[in-house]
Amino acid sequence: MTTLLLSLPVALPLLAALLAVAASRQAAGLAMATGFLVLGLSVWLAFEVAAAGPITIALGGWEAPLGIVLRADGLGAGFLVVSAMVMAVVLVAAQPSFEDQGQESRAGFAFWPLALLLFAGLNTAFLSRDLFNLFVALELLTLSAIALVAIEGKAGSVTAALRYMVFALLGSVLFLLGAALAYAAHATLDIGLLAQVELGWPMAAALALMTMGLAIKTALFPFHAWLPPAHAGAPAPASAMLSALVPKASFVILLRLWFDLAPELASPLLLAVLGGLGAVAVIHGSLLAIGQDRLKLIIAYSTVAQLGYLFLVFPLAGGAGGAQPWSAGAWTAASFHAFAHMLAKAAMFLAAGLFLRAVGHDRLEGLRGLARAMPIACFAFGLSAISLMGLPLSGGFTAKYLLLTSAFASGQWGWGLVLVAGGLLAAIYLFRPLNLMFSKEGAAASLTPVPRWEQVLPLLLALAAVLLGLFSAGPFAFLQIGRPGAAAEGLLP
Amino acid sequence: MIPSATLFGLAGAALVGIGLYGFLAHAHLLRRLLSFNVLGSGVFLMFGAAAWRSPWIGADAVPHALIITGIVVKLAGSALAIALLVQLARATRRAALPEDEGRPP
Amino acid sequence: MTAVLPVLILATSLVPALLIFWLPERAWRARAWLNLGGAAVKILLVVFLMVEVANGVTHEARLDLAPGLYLLLRVDALTLLFVSLSAFLWLMTTIYAIAYLGDGPNLSRFFGFFSLCVAATTGLALAGTLITFFIFFELLTLTTWPLVVHKEDAKSVKAGRLYLAYSLPGSAALLVAIIWLESATGPVIFAEPGDLRVLSDASLMAIFALFALGVGVKAALFPLHGWLPEAMAAPAPVSALLHAVAVVKAGAFGIVRLIYDVFGIALTAELGVGLPLALLAAFTILWGSLRALQQTEVKKRLAFSTVSQVSYIILGAALAGPYAVIGGLVHLVHQGLMKITLFFCAGLYDERAGITRIDQLDGIGRRMPMTSICFTIGAMGMIGIPPVAGFVSKFYLGLGGLQAGEPWVVGVLAASALLNAGYFLPMLYRIWFGVAPADAPQADERSLGMLVPAVATAAASLAAGLFAGAAISPLAWASLIAAGYLP
Repeated sequence: MTTLLLSLPVALPLLAALLAVAASRQAAGLAMATGFLVLGLSVWLAFEVAAAGPITIALGGWEAPLGIVLRADGLGAGFLVVSAMVMAVVLVAAQPSFEDQGQESRAGFAFWPLALLLFAGLNTAFLSRDLFNLFVALELLTLSAIALVAIEGKAGSVTAALRYMVFALLGSVLFLLGAALAYAAHATLDIGLLAQVELGWPMAAALALMTMGLAIKTALFPFHAWLPPAHAGAPAPASAMLSALVPKASFVILLRLWFDLAPELASPLLLAVLGGLGAVAVIHGSLLAIGQDRLKLIIAYSTVAQLGYLFLVFPLAGGAGGAQPWSAGAWTAASFHAFAHMLAKAAMFLAAGLFLRAVGHDRLEGLRGLARAMPIACFAFGLSAISLMGLPLSGGFTAKYLLLTSAFASGQWGWGLVLVAGGLLAAIYLFRPLNLMFSKEGAAASLTPVPRWEQVLPLLLALAAVLLGLFSAGPFAFLQIGRPGAAAEGLLP
Repeated sequence: MIPSATLFGLAGAALVGIGLYGFLAHAHLLRRLLSFNVLGSGVFLMFGAAAWRSPWIGADAVPHALIITGIVVKLAGSALAIALLVQLARATRRAALPEDEGRPP
Repeated sequence: MTAVLPVLILATSLVPALLIFWLPERAWRARAWLNLGGAAVKILLVVFLMVEVANGVTHEARLDLAPGLYLLLRVDALTLLFVSLSAFLWLMTTIYAIAYLGDGPNLSRFFGFFSLCVAATTGLALAGTLITFFIFFELLTLTTWPLVVHKEDAKSVKAGRLYLAYSLPGSAALLVAIIWLESATGPVIFAEPGDLRVLSDASLMAIFALFALGVGVKAALFPLHGWLPEAMAAPAPVSALLHAVAVVKAGAFGIVRLIYDVFGIALTAELGVGLPLALLAAFTILWGSLRALQQTEVKKRLAFSTVSQVSYIILGAALAGPYAVIGGLVHLVHQGLMKITLFFCAGLYDERAGITRIDQLDGIGRRMPMTSICFTIGAMGMIGIPPVAGFVSKFYLGLGGLQAGEPWVVGVLAASALLNAGYFLPMLYRIWFGVAPADAPQADERSLGMLVPAVATAAASLAAGLFAGAAISPLAWASLIAAGYLP
């Protein structure tokens, strides 16, 4: 049973993607059904993991290093569940945008298989333990993401997609090079097996290459230039997937590299560099977001900043700090932050898509008076803004609290100040659109009506981001299942 | 005499260097894509060289399987890149990113 | 020890809020019942809990969020002082708001956030740990903002922006202070004060300053008061909420918690941080009054008066002597009752007679007698004329100043009373003795929904002063709380 539970989240979307090409009339329904099915399976898997600890399976009975091993621990299963939640809602929200276009339009035909491929890549990345497997997952994910950016075929978004492509190709080849080096040195690509052997400088070089590749894919400063135009240029449901989900896959792999595979190779300098780049991303991304005049660009630059927070986990919990009492908090906070960001950012992009549809453009001025015309979508936007700003009660707040506490407890004040400054800057760029929504003067006279049920979808995601903060004890405990720091004490099976 | 695996490895490294230079130095996206393919081939060559363990064991089969998978992935990526590039050229009559305009092709 | 009641008392405002959001605009009857029902249940619960606390029964509820991070709701005497005030004023303001807003737009949104705001205030009063306090403090900011911008005109949106521009950095300072403190001491639980001495004096002083900065924004402490007068752009019930029920009170309440439950009187005195705060409060008292004197609009004058009056509470808390504490705490209630009366009346003048400026008040006393009587009671209380409640607080504050060896406090109080008289008496003169111009607009006070709350709160201000010696007066309750804190 567990074999099926682990392999279906990978296999189902792949299969559905093939079917969606073959039977394009039913593609939309098929995608939605897959979304909910995988969500159900992921939740089930999470319950199994919570009950029995991490689950490992070897596909086809071939053990590592030859076969493919999938493993669900707290981290992987947690990401699996949250991303399936986002995916299920986004696929429903995408119906009106892509279903009507029918199969004669390219976007209407291509969206569903691409979204499903992206889904499969994502799930593989969360569950895999093999560096090459992770490479394939990342490629699947990135290529479908790039295709989604260009799906409408406008010159601007094709340019954005090509820029994304240039960065992504570089990122993936660096990762592959690292994997090749690792294999040359240790004759295995399995993270679990690599973690058990004595690692020397070839592995350090391999890790450096892979980290750089993953940082490019996670749009860490200074490799962030591709992200805002690509995320802002895609259609809203695609933006939601791109911004909320795609960068998390490469980040999870980074976590696995530096906390599972080789915590002992993480020098203080490297940790400080990663944290420092993250800090710069927080400030730089936020400042750029403040300067934007289009809603989707604000949200996209906000992603640059929010991804920066994730990298603070390295100085706060990595390396020698991994044994400190605060490191569990910081390590878990990164996942919490990622979860909150996944939910809130997807909600925000979906809401922005509805505003765009109602107004006809996404310049900020168009938001005037929308609080009255589209209260539910505005409420969803506001709630997700609260989580992104890290204000209570929300998943974002819990993450910020944990990160701040570990920053202060470990005496690394600087990171704490970055967190506080980032929250305030986020308030500046997020309350700008909110203020306009509450300004009735200059409101557009006529809007394209948006049905209520569509406005409820972003609200669901935003509420989930808020509830994550209110009921964070359970997820916190869940994430500790199979946490790498515990490996030293022999808690891993 | 240099063992052939080392030779392959060095050749792969050289290809990686050439490819990387081309990928970063050029503005024309088709040139960059071709450079990238050179780069990728270099990586695969190195990967293949890594399969050589010792005269007693012989070659390890795993990297070969991985290289074939990798080539398929790279092919897919290149196909997508070319499709996008054609689309960009049709729409804007250009074949470089706006920020690279004016750099040597 | 039970966990039900603290959650229930929070739910009395939270549940109506969540339901009201989904009501259609026309369902004003359902909205009214939900609000009034919630408020009524809350008052009953408060009365019951008062008996329980007086008998020494502990009620607390806990929700774990993450290791070291949990919400703790705990009922103590100080909690009830604040909750009873906000519950009573919530009921009054709701009645008033239903009449005031009539069938205006976005009412479900308004009343939803209004109840959320009260829920946040209740949570803040119930907070048993520092981080719980912070969480509700921040929720209060967030839920008040949609009310400030409710009218959706340029002025309100600007006021809302200013409110956030002050509040959010303030709460960021507060969060830094809390985490700095807790990273050294572990979670700070109000009922079980830990040893803060693990931190150096300099760190503790910095934490105290950051904390005072954070809550000082809400308490409109000089120079952090700039947002309050601008927020007058909001509808009158929101002003009542800001000035009397929730927001500035939350700030003052935070200062009381800081001195008595986080640092404790002994440590505050040892660090010598009480006196600077008292001096700042004294300055704010005089500054607010001076600024009030310069205003020509009724609501602006009342707003600056609040800046001044709230600092009485802070002054009392910072002096930390027995009488001063009682004076500060009881002023928390008294100021709320009197100020809300004044705002109710200002709203009535505005709505029923179109009066917004002070020079329009001429002769309104004859045309709107009930309103004007209520206004007069509130104004006399503010000045400190017996037997209205304000006199009692000022009396205790003055005594407290002498007792704490800070005789200058009496001077500040006297000067402020003079200034208060200086800006309230001319208004009263115009109301009662001025002659209405011939072209004065129509005026009547036939709005029961607005008049009844004004009369009720005016009567309460009078009663709180007249029966201050009674066993269940605010004064008696404040003395009970003070007795718990003092050695």
